[in-house]
Amino acid sequence: MPKPAKKKKAPRSRAGSGHKGLAAHDHRLGASELRRIADKIFKLSEADETEVDVSAVTSALTRFANNTIHQNVAEQGIAISVRAVVDGRTARASTNKTDEESLRRVTAAALELAQVQPRNPALLPMLGPQKLQKVDRFNAKTAAATPADRARAVTRVCQMADRQKQTTAGIFSTGLSEFALANSRGLFEYYQETRAEFSVTILEKDSSGWAKATSARIDEIDPDALAERASKKAADSRSPREIPAGKYTTILEPPAVLDLVGFLFYDFAGTCVHDQRSCFTGRMGKKLFGENISIWDDVYHPVQLGPPFDGEGVPRQRVTLVEKGVPVNLVYSRATAKEMKAKPTGHGFSLPSEDGEAPFNLVFSGGKASTEEMIRSTERGLLITRLWYIREVDPYKKVLTGMTRDGTFLVENGRVAGAVRNFRFNQSIIDMLANVEMMGPAVRASGEESFDMVVPAMKVRDFNFSEVTKF
Amino acid sequence: MKSWANLAIEKALARRASYADVRVMDIRHRDLSTKNGQVGRMSEGESLGLGIRVIADGAWGFASTDRLTVQGVESCVDEAIAIAKASAMAKRHDVVLAPEQSFVDTWQNPFIKDPFLIPIETQIAVLLRADAEMRKVKGITLAEGSMSFRKIDQLFVSSIGSAIHQTKMQSGAGIVATSFAGEEIQKRSYPNSFGGQHMLRGYELIEELDLVRHAPRIAEECVALHSAAKCPEGKRTIILDSSQLGLQIHESIGHPIELDRVLGMEANFAGMSFLTLEKLNSLRYGSDIVNVVADARLAHGPGLGTFGYDDEGVPAQCTPIISSGQFTGYLTNRETAAAIGQSRSNGTMRTEGWNRLPIIRMTNISILPGDHKFEDLIADTDDGIYMETNRSWSIDDRRYHFQFSTEIGWEIKNGKRGRMIKTPSYSGITTEFWNSCDAICSRDYWTLWGTPNCGKGQPMQTMGTGHGASPARFRNVKVGIASSD
Repeated sequence: MPKPAKKKKAPRSRAGSGHKGLAAHDHRLGASELRRIADKIFKLSEADETEVDVSAVTSALTRFANNTIHQNVAEQGIAISVRAVVDGRTARASTNKTDEESLRRVTAAALELAQVQPRNPALLPMLGPQKLQKVDRFNAKTAAATPADRARAVTRVCQMADRQKQTTAGIFSTGLSEFALANSRGLFEYYQETRAEFSVTILEKDSSGWAKATSARIDEIDPDALAERASKKAADSRSPREIPAGKYTTILEPPAVLDLVGFLFYDFAGTCVHDQRSCFTGRMGKKLFGENISIWDDVYHPVQLGPPFDGEGVPRQRVTLVEKGVPVNLVYSRATAKEMKAKPTGHGFSLPSEDGEAPFNLVFSGGKASTEEMIRSTERGLLITRLWYIREVDPYKKVLTGMTRDGTFLVENGRVAGAVRNFRFNQSIIDMLANVEMMGPAVRASGEESFDMVVPAMKVRDFNFSEVTKF
Repeated sequence: MKSWANLAIEKALARRASYADVRVMDIRHRDLSTKNGQVGRMSEGESLGLGIRVIADGAWGFASTDRLTVQGVESCVDEAIAIAKASAMAKRHDVVLAPEQSFVDTWQNPFIKDPFLIPIETQIAVLLRADAEMRKVKGITLAEGSMSFRKIDQLFVSSIGSAIHQTKMQSGAGIVATSFAGEEIQKRSYPNSFGGQHMLRGYELIEELDLVRHAPRIAEECVALHSAAKCPEGKRTIILDSSQLGLQIHESIGHPIELDRVLGMEANFAGMSFLTLEKLNSLRYGSDIVNVVADARLAHGPGLGTFGYDDEGVPAQCTPIISSGQFTGYLTNRETAAAIGQSRSNGTMRTEGWNRLPIIRMTNISILPGDHKFEDLIADTDDGIYMETNRSWSIDDRRYHFQFSTEIGWEIKNGKRGRMIKTPSYSGITTEFWNSCDAICSRDYWTLWGTPNCGKGQPMQTMGTGHGASPARFRNVKVGIASSD
């Protein structure tokens, strides 16, 4: 069970040992270059108002399987997106070509697209300069990581798997991105971020284990520790037996919680409620979850990533979405806020967008229980490492289906009593969050079905497993 | 394009790569959407860049860039070589590729109307008319429509002497009606859910779909679903419409036959496959009437998996996957074909764009038509459920156990289509399900569906795949399990 990130002392990195200051792999263009591109476009534009997004990405990913590196890639690219407004109409055109002619063409294309569509009475004037809260999510060491750095870490993990007579597969990626949003009313906002990710699966003949972590700082990623955790899961889940499907008290580790509750994120959008397709439609202010469930959107949380402004440049606010089981607030873009008589929260998508807005930095209230305490307090239940292929079955009851994967265990009389075959579940997330008996501390969790969030491990009553698969 | 590709190959060979291939791709897109009478998304874009794959020191490296200058391309090649040398630190053996000829060729899918030359206001007007038709139906709370167009101009050059220029034009559109009432959200889509129908065709596809004509029907069905019967629970005979059968093929045949999955290369993310190597030519995958092919040739149709050559320069082929129920073929590339002792790749390496490594992807994975008329199939069914248009889908990471639900269904009693059923669902084990197939409709009912959103790989790549199918019947299938009750 990972400890809460903000209390965790950063482990000494064994991954980025080749770092000696900024290396050739740091391909940042910088705020001034992104501003120069935007200024060029403003000069070329004949629109009433013009907005420019410029993003640049450098990333690399080392992929391993069967205890060897089998794919190893790097990319570098820029994207320039121009939004034109003319006579109450707006549209967007994009390119990755930075020569004068291409910039001229993309600027003209945005204007031409805008001119041929119906007027949008809800379109608001662009914003002027905004005051932003600073966030620091760029780590030079992460940006400077080399293919050899990643290969060294992966080689150690492959050697560990060899020693354990196990098979490993996974990825180690590092990268940086920078983004500038500028408009012809003088707004200019810049954000840069680094990202490191290590994900590992360890396989045996009839079992598997998995672990994953992401961070802006490569020093906070410990590939060896993650591989050891996955290795132990694989060993512990040997010889799974089949037990019947049914409703079980279930202990969900943070990645499993994340991939379920991640499906709620768009339900918190004002547009989603306005369109009457949110599970919160008609339910705002009513008790829906347990008293122990509170949820915020908080881009400023110390382990979150992401820019402190939205697609129109509105500063992001910390928003309480659920308080003691009651959904109390939604997030709003500027246009949705006007439509729904609310205030913009800084969560709008780039325009034009029919989807409005969404919170991407969810933080759940946690508890103090360890996973071991959850196991000790369970007479009969299941312990779940990870979930897979989750899809929505009923959007209003918020019933999701999916599978368990990479470590599913039976808990009996307060201890783990061996591995069991994987289950299919059909479970309402609303019901699940009304049935949470214990929670661990909220940590930055990373899965495969949702973007990363800050969530706790949970012990829930009556989780509905509907069928069993063959392994 | 050619000068950048040749420069990259020359530079890679000078840096002692034993093999190199380069893709220069220029991708143009147009995306439009409407919602409740308003234009939603309206954007156009272009993306040009180069990706190079090399073998150096016996291991793979890949790098990509959009800085198409001499310095940008040379730096990209240097990066690919450095990455290959890093890969070699953990290699078990040198990469071996199945032999392939070199080709110098051009290929383009045929189309009648270039969608980028159709005025955007014409395209928006179609979506807004369909939108208005849906909202005329009382009870519709949300009407949505979308169109998307892609033109992919790509040059493949390899160190074995291939130079292949391909141009693909892709079009797609769909509409969705949604109704919220009481404690329920229902929806109906046309011609398929999750974006509609997509093919390698021009704007003529959009005209043939005739979104406006179908809008009132799906809106009426959507509202009617609120008062429809619930799906019963238990074992039933089911008949799947061709679009749902297309997705069933995608999930329970298309993914498990990817040889990279079988060999463990996708184990960390997409998972593995129950189709272990000893099952080739020995597993009874389906009943005698089940014949499935992986066919990338234009002769199969203009599907999202149609091309002249794959992205490592192997010509499009038709591979028998299931022959009279027997499992007979995997999807392979040059490396995995060699790994299992096959003499040639069957040409399934595909990349999302210039900045992604080609990986094994589905082409057009299609079930061959049977001989039933649809009306006869219904008349021949005493007690069953006809299910139409996917609503949710999920399958385990080895592709054994699946669960699907559809937007709408109809009870079949004594050979007649009866009352409507809301959100019918079914589940099962892949091989048991395909062995329960006892009737497939004829070519007259066969459609080559496009799935534009198939995700695979790390970093994730989204790819379009094709799935030809006609309605088919399956016996003794578990239904009604998709509920939290």
